[in-house]
Amino acid sequence: MKSFTYERVATPAAATAAFARAPGARFIAGGTNLLDLMKLEIETPAHLIDVSRLSLDKIEKTDDGGLRIGAMVRNTDLASDARVRRDYGLLSRALVAGASGQLRNKATTAGNLLQRTRCPYFYDTNQPCNKRRPGSGCAAIGGFNRLHAVVGASEACIATHPSDMAVAMRALDAVVETVDAAGKARAIPLSGFYRAPGATPHLETVLAPGELITAVTLPRPVGGTHIYHKVRDRASYAFALISVGAIVQKDGSGRVALGGVGYQPWRVEAAEAELPRGAKAVTAGLLAGAKTTHENAYKLPLVERTLAGVLAQARG
Amino acid sequence: MQTPEEFEVSRRGVLVGGAASVATATLVPAGPAMAAPTPVPPPTAKVAFSVNGQAHELELDTRVSLLDALREHLHLTGTKKGCDHGQCGACTVIADGRRINSCLTLAVMHEGEKITTIEGLGTPDRMHAMQDAFVVHDGYQCGYCTPGQICSAVAVLGEIAAGVPSHVTADLTAKPKVTPAELRERMSGNICRCGAYSNIIDAIVDVAGAKT
Repeated sequence: MKSFTYERVATPAAATAAFARAPGARFIAGGTNLLDLMKLEIETPAHLIDVSRLSLDKIEKTDDGGLRIGAMVRNTDLASDARVRRDYGLLSRALVAGASGQLRNKATTAGNLLQRTRCPYFYDTNQPCNKRRPGSGCAAIGGFNRLHAVVGASEACIATHPSDMAVAMRALDAVVETVDAAGKARAIPLSGFYRAPGATPHLETVLAPGELITAVTLPRPVGGTHIYHKVRDRASYAFALISVGAIVQKDGSGRVALGGVGYQPWRVEAAEAELPRGAKAVTAGLLAGAKTTHENAYKLPLVERTLAGVLAQARG
Repeated sequence: MQTPEEFEVSRRGVLVGGAASVATATLVPAGPAMAAPTPVPPPTAKVAFSVNGQAHELELDTRVSLLDALREHLHLTGTKKGCDHGQCGACTVIADGRRINSCLTLAVMHEGEKITTIEGLGTPDRMHAMQDAFVVHDGYQCGYCTPGQICSAVAVLGEIAAGVPSHVTADLTAKPKVTPAELRERMSGNICRCGAYSNIIDAIVDVAGAKT
């Protein structure tokens, strides 16, 4: 690990001010992804700003009947919150499907959204990777890529976003609240939070340098049956091959978001109109334009069949 | 008959001695031609936390993980380093009541916290109920993952009692129960390459006082 200086801050304003003094610094909260990457020297910040003690660790009701989840709320606490379990079951289910108990005790809401891909070529510093070293090429294209993206990828990058939590939040119409170095706050719908890789896969979100996530808000509960079905290589503690998060209403309408298929949690609202016609029709819309390799082509039928199972389960 | 305490040469002593001999044998005398520029010392930071009820103040290279602080600086070697990437759980300790991977967290971030390691749960003379149960049920083979397994297991029972749901909890709105299925899922962050899993689950069920 490269050496770095360290400071702890007590307020979001102090955090963004610290970044302004040390451009290139990284915020650290749970640290479960950043430190892993620093050990491998994939991330080499010269300065760390510890934001883990910011008082952004509360889950509060919003004026319009939704929830505001502080950026520092731990994954365990979010999954355990009585309101989340009752009204946003999909979120609780997605959280407990991810990582291990130890990691969920550390990982934060904001950090979960910002975690980096688990592409093995991103992790292997001997390999080219446009995300890790822009312009060096992509070893996953033509390499071992059964875990990789089937939608939204580019000639520069076929990595997937690894978060389970983000899949649920996408289906729940979450909005990311931030504050920048000038103290200006903004609200970014999760649907517009991640950048398509295009020619610049190292730029993963629309956040500006030094912009700090302060909260994630959820609109008022939408009811329905909430199901998160994650398919993985072992029964627990593994990243998704694919996952399906669904909210299904009694009349057969609903929402569907996918994990493990693209650079962001994948939701196509227009495809949801097909829900009463079944999984095949919905999948056709969700994965329209999919581009597969011989190693990850299995993801297309796997999504359709997993969604069929989820819809059958929702019908009871 | 000789008791284990009477052995004068410990495994640790042999390992440390062995490493020192290797270092001596490969030592190359530094000549004037090899003089290096004065190295810049790495940044350090101060941190104070308590471990197993004892207060400590340390000044550490900022890169030192909580795991390395415990093992290398406080010489509490019960906590083990397996993968050092949060994948195996051998380094599990309890910080402010929560089990965490001590390898994936910086020591300097734990200011003011109360850390419990395997040494703080029990001693050979007064073992924690979970340590006792692991012995009774043979919940290990080589024993390397065991301190992490036991710290994790103690915290898991606390999490179930506190109502934290898991991937296999059928009803999110009901209180989770101590069942083998729940324990297997919740312990999945602790890998045992000897495969003592079934005995580990028996030990935890025993402590929880639940029926299998």
